[in-house]
Amino acid sequence: MTAIADILWHFAQWSEATSLGRMIRNSEYAFPMIEFVHLAALAAIGGAVLIVDMRLLGLGLKKTSVAQLARDAQPYVTGSLIVMLATGFALYTSEATKCYASVAFWIKMVSLLFAMVYTYTIKKRVAAADHANKLVAVVSIALWFGVAWGGRWIGFGG
Amino acid sequence: MSLLGAAKALADQPWSIALHESLYGYPIVESIHVWALCLFVGLTIVLDLRLTGLTFRTVPVSEVVRRILPWQILGFIVMVISGVLLFYAIPIRSYQNIFFRVKLVLLVVAGLNVWVFNSGVYRRIQSWDRDPIPPPRARFAGFASLTLWVLIIFCGRMIAYNWFDCDKQPQPPIVNTLAGCELEPQAP
Repeated sequence: MTAIADILWHFAQWSEATSLGRMIRNSEYAFPMIEFVHLAALAAIGGAVLIVDMRLLGLGLKKTSVAQLARDAQPYVTGSLIVMLATGFALYTSEATKCYASVAFWIKMVSLLFAMVYTYTIKKRVAAADHANKLVAVVSIALWFGVAWGGRWIGFGG
Repeated sequence: MSLLGAAKALADQPWSIALHESLYGYPIVESIHVWALCLFVGLTIVLDLRLTGLTFRTVPVSEVVRRILPWQILGFIVMVISGVLLFYAIPIRSYQNIFFRVKLVLLVVAGLNVWVFNSGVYRRIQSWDRDPIPPPRARFAGFASLTLWVLIIFCGRMIAYNWFDCDKQPQPPIVNTLAGCELEPQAP
């Protein structure tokens, strides 16, 4: 474990020293603007994930097949996820060593890792097979909820 | 009695002070506000994407509206309640915050957009319900809504920053006017 912690700590220090990190730290407006794009993408990914999860729960667009809905939503999930990862990494570089010490940040990162793997493996296959499986939706919502909750609490110094 | 006076009176209430100073209460309300954003704005984006004809093209528009509306209403109620509580915790600064004021105006415009859509092109929904790409007025309503909600999120996030706050002077006169700052008379 200490070896992993060591790697992550060095990575945090390196991130903070990059020109991107320094640029964001030195600018009064860069962080808020990137944060806004991050938040707007959150709304987009929230809708794209929820519309499929709700369908899996038997709610929302019930007349449309799960597979069809998942296919339509997929580019918006992937698109907004890319925006979130890019803006999220930029925000991280500006205060990486602070994030390293934040419990909320690690809750978010672990949830995010699980949420991404889950979305592109289990959930994708279940949806493509047209199974309206409620448990699959509940796990998805719980994982993304952890990501959003952890993210908001980084800002509170948690 | 002025609106600023009302904000000052709100700020003196014990519950306002309690929420403002609480270690966990305020962050929890703010977290709920952001979480409800996923539900409400997220689903609004889904509807807007259908209205603009960008995706979900095989789903009838009326079905998207009918099935999503209850969840939008739920999300909206949570957003309004948590939003009012956030204002209640910090009334004076919020009232004199340019981004907060612009956000309120944009919320009204977003409401007008819904009203125009509902009383106009949506009345003839039968004639375009299954169109993969809805008629121009419906597409306009979708694009307008997308733009408005992105701007509302922008203003909401920027309320947290104090660049244009009244206690941070000097500010350009336009800022002080828009924020409704009450300035001390300058010594000659």
